[in-house]
Amino acid sequence: MALLMPALVGGLLTGGVYALVALGLTLIYGVLHIVNFAHGSLLMMAMFGAWLLAAKFGLDPLVALPLLAAIMFAVGWALYRFVIGRVAHGDDRAILLATLGVAVVLDNLALVLFTGDTRTIETPYALQMIQAGPLLIPLAKLIAFACALLLAGALWAFLALTDTGRAIRAVAREPEGAALVGIRPDRIFALAYGIGIACLGAAACLLLPSFYVSPQVGGVFVLVAFTVVVLGGMGSFPGAVVGGLLVGITENLGGLYLGEDLGPICVPLLFIAVLLVRPTGLFGSVR
Amino acid sequence: MTRGLWIALATLALLPFASHSQFVANLAMLTAISAALGQAWNIAGGFGGLTSFGHVAFFGLGAYADAILQTRYGFTPWLGLPAAALLGGGVGWLMGLATFRAGLRGSYFALVTLAFAEAFRILANSIGITGGGSGILVKLHTSAGNFQFADRRAGYAAALALLALATFAARRLAVGRFGAYLMAVRENEDAARALGVRAVRVKSAALALSGALTALGGVLYVQSYLYIDPPTAFSVERSVEMLLVAMIGGAGTVAGPLLGALAVHAIADTTRSLVATPGVAPMLYGVVLLLIIGFLPGGIARFVTRPAHA
Repeated sequence: MALLMPALVGGLLTGGVYALVALGLTLIYGVLHIVNFAHGSLLMMAMFGAWLLAAKFGLDPLVALPLLAAIMFAVGWALYRFVIGRVAHGDDRAILLATLGVAVVLDNLALVLFTGDTRTIETPYALQMIQAGPLLIPLAKLIAFACALLLAGALWAFLALTDTGRAIRAVAREPEGAALVGIRPDRIFALAYGIGIACLGAAACLLLPSFYVSPQVGGVFVLVAFTVVVLGGMGSFPGAVVGGLLVGITENLGGLYLGEDLGPICVPLLFIAVLLVRPTGLFGSVR
Repeated sequence: MTRGLWIALATLALLPFASHSQFVANLAMLTAISAALGQAWNIAGGFGGLTSFGHVAFFGLGAYADAILQTRYGFTPWLGLPAAALLGGGVGWLMGLATFRAGLRGSYFALVTLAFAEAFRILANSIGITGGGSGILVKLHTSAGNFQFADRRAGYAAALALLALATFAARRLAVGRFGAYLMAVRENEDAARALGVRAVRVKSAALALSGALTALGGVLYVQSYLYIDPPTAFSVERSVEMLLVAMIGGAGTVAGPLLGALAVHAIADTTRSLVATPGVAPMLYGVVLLLIIGFLPGGIARFVTRPAHA
């Protein structure tokens, strides 16, 4: 019990950031109906971006967050406009392989630019703890959790309340119908991809104070992100949030009960189990 | 045209035997293993349209089966070959039944294979029989009975044999009845089912065949390097390389993976001789993959052969 509570809380806090990563993925799936295998690699790129801003320009990740989110939006928008949308011709397998190709390029580009070393940054709050009853909560993770949920809420409000958000939802439902009322689906596709990747810019800033970054980190996150999205239901907004929290907790409980070596197996096993038993996830509708 | 291509490939395959350079033989062996693994991937991913991101699972299982049987139980590595093939084939069959019965296709199948490979890697890293993170070291004792060769050309011959076997299997698919079922399922599963093709069985069988061949590649790896550990046995990079070789050469064609392996190794070796920075060559593979998907979906094979079913 003494170990269980910290593991649960720690998992929940990390899960908040997973939720933000997964929101980007589920948005891209929901609107473009593509499986963005480059998601982990783009997160890795964003984390290197946050690391550069912190290590070379002394910018605290939390301060750099809006800037990096904007940069990643531009990266995502351009990537869709000039590479993925161009190459794929709307064929599912081609899109999947194109996003894999992008992931391969990015992972190795990072290896060329930054070498294979793992890097971390130091922030004044990295080691601070907050006492909550019997629990000690790392401040960096608490901030990350709060910001992630705040941003998830903001994204939800944007999609629900603004005209652009409505246009995105319209294209997600019915691209041809949306085109008939004057929305240009190709623009919305690039926009939605950009927003999905902007989430990674924000998530990178929230992760970096308590995580490390290396060119391999994308591979670590890609399976986590897909597990979250599949568990919650592909394309489901609340699913991504609940799924993120559940995966965070699962990961920590796995580490607690199965040990450091075997513990990480929980995420791939959860992924396989969900796909085999309930492919629509918790909140997904039957396609 | 096609006959000319095969004669050229066969001549090219025999050339390294004329050289006494171990370096050349080693290069040839690595290319042949890549081609064989790419061909194994091609059987499921090309002919069957079962895009796998985690084919290294079979490679690793084969490698560990061979290494464990000889180091722990003292079996000859020659027994490792059928054992690995059985294990790879069996796991491929079961993985196929489980995932195809659940109706997983396309991207979902790709992701689930990736998850299987990752689960195997973590398992190999944490249980005792695989030696955990420190891996398994096979004792150096070169002899034909030990399936270890001092001369790399013998290793190359073994790799060529596997390549020939995989290519023979692919050729059977291209012209045979089972292959016709498989390709019918790839093109339109519902239509194939309506015509009486048992899609789940056909796809599972293709995955089993592909898994068995891939596992044999794992045995060849262990017998040439005499060492295996979890990150090597189950690396995502190797899964991606198998896919690249098949896609670049031309997925779903018999000659594709051979051409793809030649292209990939040509890129790798030229790049390595020009720039020493690690990562440059794999980055180029990614670029080539994007170009192939975008501009030449049939792969290099489209240049050299006429499409079989245009």
